[in-house]
Amino acid sequence: MPDSPPVVEVANLVRKFGERTVIDNLSFTIQRGETLVIMGGSGCGKSTLLRHIIGVIKPTAGSVKIFGDEITTMNDRQIAEVRRRFGMLFQSGALLASLTVGENVALPLSQHTDLSSDEIEQIVTQKLQMVGLTGFNHLKPSEISGGMRKRVGLARALVLDPELLFSDEPTSGLDPIMTAVVDKLTLELTRAEGMTAVVVTHDMTSAFRIATRMIMLGRGRILAQGTPDEIRTHPDPEVQQFINGEADGPMPLNLSQDDHEHHPHVKARPLVSAQHRFRHKMP
Amino acid sequence: MKNFLRLNVSLLYWVLVAPFKGQLFQISPIFRQMVFIGVRATPMVALTAFSIGVTLAMQAAHSLQELGAEIYVPDLVMVTLLREMGPVLIAVIVIGRSGSAVAAELGTMKVSEEIEALEVMAINPIRYLIVPRFIAMLIMLPALTVLGNYIGVFGGWAVCHFALDVTTAGYIIRALESADTWDLYSGIIKSAVFAWLIITIACNAGLHVEGGAEGVGQATTAAVVQSLLAMLVTNAILTALFFFKA
Ligand SMILES: Nc1ncnc2c1ncn2[C@@H]1O[C@H](COP(=O)(O)OP(=O)(O)OP(=O)(O)O)[C@@H](O)[C@H]1O
Ligand SMILES: [Mg+2]
Repeated sequence: MPDSPPVVEVANLVRKFGERTVIDNLSFTIQRGETLVIMGGSGCGKSTLLRHIIGVIKPTAGSVKIFGDEITTMNDRQIAEVRRRFGMLFQSGALLASLTVGENVALPLSQHTDLSSDEIEQIVTQKLQMVGLTGFNHLKPSEISGGMRKRVGLARALVLDPELLFSDEPTSGLDPIMTAVVDKLTLELTRAEGMTAVVVTHDMTSAFRIATRMIMLGRGRILAQGTPDEIRTHPDPEVQQFINGEADGPMPLNLSQDDHEHHPHVKARPLVSAQHRFRHKMP
Repeated sequence: MKNFLRLNVSLLYWVLVAPFKGQLFQISPIFRQMVFIGVRATPMVALTAFSIGVTLAMQAAHSLQELGAEIYVPDLVMVTLLREMGPVLIAVIVIGRSGSAVAAELGTMKVSEEIEALEVMAINPIRYLIVPRFIAMLIMLPALTVLGNYIGVFGGWAVCHFALDVTTAGYIIRALESADTWDLYSGIIKSAVFAWLIITIACNAGLHVEGGAEGVGQATTAAVVQSLLAMLVTNAILTALFFFKA
């Protein structure tokens, strides 16, 4: 597997908003068939990182290759070509408010394929069923709940059967059962059908359930990366605090913007205590 | 301004070039916009045009009665209405109704990431969102103007018939004699140019909203003010080109 070229290759990515460095010299690759989970504190730049990978915003410096081609220097038409090959679920869902749920999911099909409206409707119904939404086709996005909007967004991202899926917090706002359904869907698509997935999530149960590899971001850099097992037993107390969800720890509360950048690395706690606090088990 | 020009260039591409490369327009969104921009505006346009026709006739009568030339009221109504008042005031209505709505709608789509989502789905927002509105506006504003002209002439007739000594037959004869087709066409040309200005200014304002609801509000105001100004200045220029010989 590592011999085949990576699906996504991020190298020395830097992004500044004004004076503030949100992404600070980030490098990693994503191999075909992987499920990469990206974690990190709220506001640490996960959504911004995804936006760079899909070419919505240009980096201050560095390179992003997707399917082997540099996306940062492509023109609009080349980017459009690449974008037909992947699906993206936005953190906000980003459904078109003027269209119904069914029309939203159908949109990529009606724009990019020559399928008849019957065929489109059939696919739409099937995709909505996959995310546990049957019989909601005719409602407007404003008439369904936040968690339902998320799942409609996921159905829309999957409707063209992409080989690569970006998913920004697919399970936030979902109940535990729906979370399991969405996770199972991700697992089926990645393990059985070979899709590559990049998932941003705060939900640790879900993260450890679907990941084949994990990256933890902090202060614009990679704090830790590895397999779920490596992350679970990672010596860095900051990582442990995050995956165990504790208020008290090396990551202080209420950091100002400047503190975030200059926060000194806190001395490591004993590994024993870190392992003691571990609560998450693989299913 | 740079954004505005860029929007115009890509609009021209999608309207004039792309259809010959096999990327045809989708008809149903154009019709949906035509209903919104045109059909739904007819009551307001009718009322406006009728009021203008009545007002013009009364003012004309006031001046002409002193000269004993009431018979020329239709002349004044026709020429002023077809050349100036019709296109301008109906454009004002459409700016207030559709220009603001388009700017607000696109602005809301911008801040709620909908436009970004379209781009990420490889759907060109210009093609998908702007082209239907552009074509609908370019068809419907001149159509509304023609409709408004009819109703305005009817308003002028109402004044002549009920308040003045001009017969219906006399009104029709004078009206047809005084106005030539160029008066009508110049008004239609004007309204097509206004349509272009209104819709591109509104779309440009909406597509470049920054920030949240506040930004949408500012963009909407900017769209209305800018299109009013652009429309009035352009009207003066077109009148100079069409009718004024120093
Ligand atoms: N357009 C922008 N202009 C200025 N700053 C921005 C912009 N977009 C993002 N940022 C900054 O980048 C940082 C990261 O934002 P981002 O949305 O990527 O966070 P996140 O990791 O996705 O957080 P969350 O988990 O809450 O979704 C934030 O501090 C934010 O203020
Ligand atoms: Mg985010």
